[in-house]
Amino acid sequence: MQLLHGKMNIDFMSKRKIALAASLLLIVLSIASLAKNGLNFGIDFTGGYLIEVGYPNDADIESIRNALASNNFKDAQVQNFGTSKDVLIRIAPSSDTNKATISDKVLATLKQDSDQKIEMRRVEYVGPQVGAELRDQGGMAMLVALFFILVYVSLRFQFKSAVSSILALIHDVIITVGFFSIFQLDFDLSVLAAVLAIIGYSLNDTVVVLDRIRETFRNVRKTEPADIINLSINQTLSRTLMTSFTTLIVVLALFFIGGEVIHGFAAALIIGIVVGTYSSVYVASSALLTMDIKKQDFLVQSKEEIIDDRP
Amino acid sequence: MLNHYSLWKYLMLAIVLIMGSIYALPNLYGEDPSVQISHRSQALEEDDRLLVESALKKEDITFKHIELADNKVLVRFNDEQVQLKAADILKAALDKKYLVALNLAAATPNWLRSLNASPMYLGLDLRGGIHFLMEVDMHAAIKRVEESLLSDIRSFLREEKVRYSDARRDDNTLRIEFRDTDNMNQALPLLKKQFRQLDFTQQDEQLSIEAKLTEVAIRDEKKLALQQNIITLRNRVNELGVAEPIIQQQGDSRIVVQLPGIQDSARAKTILGGTATLEFRLTEGDVNDWYSAKESGRVPVKALLYHERNGDPVLLSRRVIVTGDMITDAASTIDTDKGVPAVSVSLDGKGAKKMNDTTRENVGHKMAVVFIENKVETKMVGDEMVKQRSTTKEVINVATIQGVFGARFQITGMESQEARDLSLLLRAGSLRAPIEIIEERTIGPNLGADNIQQGYRSVMIGFVLVLIFMAVYYKTFGLIANLALTFNLVLLIAILSLLQATLTLPGIAGIVLTVGMAVDANVLIFERIREELKNGNSIQASIHAGYEKAFSTITDANITTLIAAIVLFSLGTGPIKGFAVTLSIGILTSMFSAIVGTRAIVNFVYGNRNLKKISI
Repeated sequence: MQLLHGKMNIDFMSKRKIALAASLLLIVLSIASLAKNGLNFGIDFTGGYLIEVGYPNDADIESIRNALASNNFKDAQVQNFGTSKDVLIRIAPSSDTNKATISDKVLATLKQDSDQKIEMRRVEYVGPQVGAELRDQGGMAMLVALFFILVYVSLRFQFKSAVSSILALIHDVIITVGFFSIFQLDFDLSVLAAVLAIIGYSLNDTVVVLDRIRETFRNVRKTEPADIINLSINQTLSRTLMTSFTTLIVVLALFFIGGEVIHGFAAALIIGIVVGTYSSVYVASSALLTMDIKKQDFLVQSKEEIIDDRP
Repeated sequence: MLNHYSLWKYLMLAIVLIMGSIYALPNLYGEDPSVQISHRSQALEEDDRLLVESALKKEDITFKHIELADNKVLVRFNDEQVQLKAADILKAALDKKYLVALNLAAATPNWLRSLNASPMYLGLDLRGGIHFLMEVDMHAAIKRVEESLLSDIRSFLREEKVRYSDARRDDNTLRIEFRDTDNMNQALPLLKKQFRQLDFTQQDEQLSIEAKLTEVAIRDEKKLALQQNIITLRNRVNELGVAEPIIQQQGDSRIVVQLPGIQDSARAKTILGGTATLEFRLTEGDVNDWYSAKESGRVPVKALLYHERNGDPVLLSRRVIVTGDMITDAASTIDTDKGVPAVSVSLDGKGAKKMNDTTRENVGHKMAVVFIENKVETKMVGDEMVKQRSTTKEVINVATIQGVFGARFQITGMESQEARDLSLLLRAGSLRAPIEIIEERTIGPNLGADNIQQGYRSVMIGFVLVLIFMAVYYKTFGLIANLALTFNLVLLIAILSLLQATLTLPGIAGIVLTVGMAVDANVLIFERIREELKNGNSIQASIHAGYEKAFSTITDANITTLIAAIVLFSLGTGPIKGFAVTLSIGILTSMFSAIVGTRAIVNFVYGNRNLKKISI
């Protein structure tokens, strides 16, 4: 079976202005939202308490809220989690409640309030010092990953390709993180891990397209860079879509079946894969064209012809 | 010759496949509910195994298997009810020197275990349990050393007959003041020689000597405080009855404690973080003196003002008879005379002698038991993090010394839960410095089971969907890729099992992601082959060129993901590490199986043949 029959010849580059406008719009929206609303950081980064309890029957959120409020937990956020029987309680850290034992008191309060048998499903407490460290470590991980990828790409490709792949990468990360900001989804450690995975994935896609562009520039006697880029994208399009599709299948499985705990992680990957696929077609290649890429740019690096030929 | 693999390559693949299958296999067997018996201080032997066996047989408990392994006795049962019942029976039947803990032991068959094959190690988010990150209060540890050095300096100077006017500790500095230069000049060389862990400086105009701990001494003390706290925590965890606890140092002032299978985190916190200890002191004066001291606020020089739990004042001697360190054993019991909860205490030789001497000289006097507890908390004041320390000292019991006693005696004055916890803490030893729990992650057993089930289902469903899709899209070649994908999954699980890497929920997500991305290499190769065919090349040449040309692209594409995964591994914590591990191993196994694995099958099926058409 083949979805894309015959010689594909879509003129991607002629529509790059539209794509550029769309990308810019998304980036501006993301940055504006990040500046205005920021991210809805989970307790991993802010510190605080998170308690998940299961009730045998539907939980009465209002009664839980009242019970907590009358026991000095006025700031507790109470919401259903996944099902109407599961309840998630979040308490922000405050100046006089920073103790691991607060969660025990919350649990005791809940048990007192309800005549149902409550099951403790999860208790998380992150102290202020740990939250600050995880924040620093997370930011650091992002920078270090970007740095090493930058080094790798600049060793592997010539300058213009390296710059465009990094642009595509930044594009993907900003939009994914922006999505979490716009919809105020919980941004916790696992989402951060997903963003790092996206950094790897997005580049993976871009590298395949750039590899092909380099090869086509060397082998095809065409003069117009736009034509060559179009040809390369068309040649790799089937692969780009296939891989994105299979990855998307499994991540969707994770999103719908993997359970509530892994939801944010899967959501970040879905966004990242969709945006990453688009950016590997449009962002990196348009950037190359904007930087006035020429056949000569690829011919200088003759050393790279030596490729380990044995699989 | 195109598309031909030599025999050794097939053999190598076959070996990898067989080894992979063997080491992945243990994961299919599940776990037995079991009870693990160990000894507080020594390795168990065959006799102990027989003892356990007979205790169970006496109560007609049927067990699946009993064995002596790693100096412990492990008994496996068919279901959890029997397991719980057996644990209760063993706790009652065995001496309290034995520790009885519930466990889930891997039900790996013997022939696999003899090959060292064992299932993946499940993280707490999958098996349920408690994770604590604890910070040792190093400030308190240093203060403790400084205070003990100060008292050593005082007695040393007294012994050496050097006269000083005052010796005190303020803010990391010990200050010894003298009345005249002679004494000061005499003291300095003596002190320097005796206390090598201190740096001394002479302040001539103030007639004093200042001493500070050397860098080395501070570092040593911190190390010691951490190590000793780890030992104490390990003892306490054993008392809680946890089968496979993890107690590890993290950084230079933190300790990670993981207690699989434990759910009562409130109790775990009181036990692990507890700094409760005891002190025994004689009282000073009588009840009237105590109340007048409380009202006037004037306390006699020889005495210290303490309070009982109900707020009543007590004056106690400055001299401590026995401290908690001298307690070798403690057990909670019921006082036979009064019928109230009590703790029976055994002292070491030094403590017993002191207690003996004191009680002999003071029959008819009153002695008090002081309960001491240190706490540390981090609070946010504005944007600043401030550590707040507090010490509770309560007199739990004042009693008249009726007769001489030494090594063994009982104390009362507590609730029964308190008596149990206190005896446990006294038994397990005290913490050298207070600790604060700065992170907790507790997963209930049901959530853990849900996580495993949902994780397993998403791997399977994702996997099957990809299989179907590949078969439909690439036909025969798709089936070959599917074989490789299956091989990849087996290999990945085998390596994770061999490394005994911790599998977490994000780790499962990493496996899912690997399954989706693993076919990428094959997609790249197959698309290349299709292209080459379209360009009119022969079938064999197209297959060859497809693999050849796709190789560098595959490597490039995977290295970028690998970089991200490695960074994640080195900077991430806990569950995130699990994701990074499965992702990076998955990338390597998928490259291997997609390139070498499929090539072998393709060569086997299509190599050396005259082909008119292939199904791709």
